[in-house]
Amino acid sequence: MNAQRHFQIQVTNRQQAFSVPEGELLLHAMEKACQQAIQVGCRGGGCGLCKIKVLEGAFHTKRMSKAHIKEHEAEAGFALACRVFPESDLVIESDHFNDLSTQQTA
Amino acid sequence: MKKGVMRPGHVQIRVLDLEEARKHYVDLLGLIEMDSDDQGRVYLKAWTEVDKYSVILKEADEPGMDFMAFKCLNEAVLDSLAEEIRALGMTVTELPAGDLKDCGRRMQFVVPTGHTFELFATKEQTGKWGINNVNPEAWPRGLKGMQATRFDHCLMYGDDLEGNLTLFRDVLGFDLSEQVIDPEGNRIALFLTASMKAHDVAFIKHPEKNKFHHASFYLDTWQDVLKAADLISMTDTSIDIGPTRHGLTHGQTIYFFDPSGNRNEVFAGGDYHYPDHETVTWKAEQLGKAIFYHDRQLNERFLTALT
Repeated sequence: MNAQRHFQIQVTNRQQAFSVPEGELLLHAMEKACQQAIQVGCRGGGCGLCKIKVLEGAFHTKRMSKAHIKEHEAEAGFALACRVFPESDLVIESDHFNDLSTQQTA
Repeated sequence: MKKGVMRPGHVQIRVLDLEEARKHYVDLLGLIEMDSDDQGRVYLKAWTEVDKYSVILKEADEPGMDFMAFKCLNEAVLDSLAEEIRALGMTVTELPAGDLKDCGRRMQFVVPTGHTFELFATKEQTGKWGINNVNPEAWPRGLKGMQATRFDHCLMYGDDLEGNLTLFRDVLGFDLSEQVIDPEGNRIALFLTASMKAHDVAFIKHPEKNKFHHASFYLDTWQDVLKAADLISMTDTSIDIGPTRHGLTHGQTIYFFDPSGNRNEVFAGGDYHYPDHETVTWKAEQLGKAIFYHDRQLNERFLTALT
């Protein structure tokens, strides 16, 4: 039996790192690891508190509130950490909640 | 002064995934699925309610609340209240009977904090679920999860609280049962009731309009709140805070989130209000104790996690 894969998550603005088992949600894994690198809100893709920018790496997401992740933001790598499944090691930036500069349409 | 508004009638909640939401509201909260419509909306009720439904779930791109409705005594009240709301310079839209399943016409309007409210007087009555109206047993078998007894109230965040106070107190006949006052004397929270309950709707001051804080459901006892907390852990449901007690209204409470991030509360107990009761005041300097009576401090999430 193969050991479960883990992905390393580097949070550049907080100089913190933690690992996420494959198939687990990023924010959920961070909370289980007792790390505080990303703000935790509703954990359901609704409130936007855990908004991050993914700088490097592959991931997919569950549906996220359009109020917090507009289409052009999703294309630019913004996501809600509670809805992100990492597919590789990631380099991310947290603390993008209510970051109005990212919300303007391109 | 009572103007014929009786009680919270329904709330329409937007969710990102209808199947996940259905599981949450039915299996965990214990609401009963009553119907669905050609728009894909699902209609739910709590078991002690006599009307056919009180919660409507609708799939959408953005979670939050579409509208909250109050049931009025009769159809004549709808027309007179709509007239009075229009006299304030607000727009009232009449939605025809059947727009919501088995519901009569509804008067819909946007209040000064940006939230959409409606009034209606007629909805199909299916009676308490699983209980006969003649020689009724104490409770029905087959209830799920937390076994929520009724949709109780909503709390919303918005900017123009004074505008809402004028509308709800002076036009719709609610009483201000409790309030929070800042050091300059401004109201930063309103708890409004059309009944003997401590609140039927509440508002907290916030710079953005039209934000949804929570929909709340009533449980009978503190033991039921603890059991709800157990169920939240058993199902790995997203928790906000609790079990604890509020200073405001003194209810015993727990907060958690639905799978789309809309906050829910289940609570028990709490104060009552009669029309001759003076408004209860909490001072903003004691806001922590007012919201969470035991911890006596707010968690950041309570103020910022909104849909």
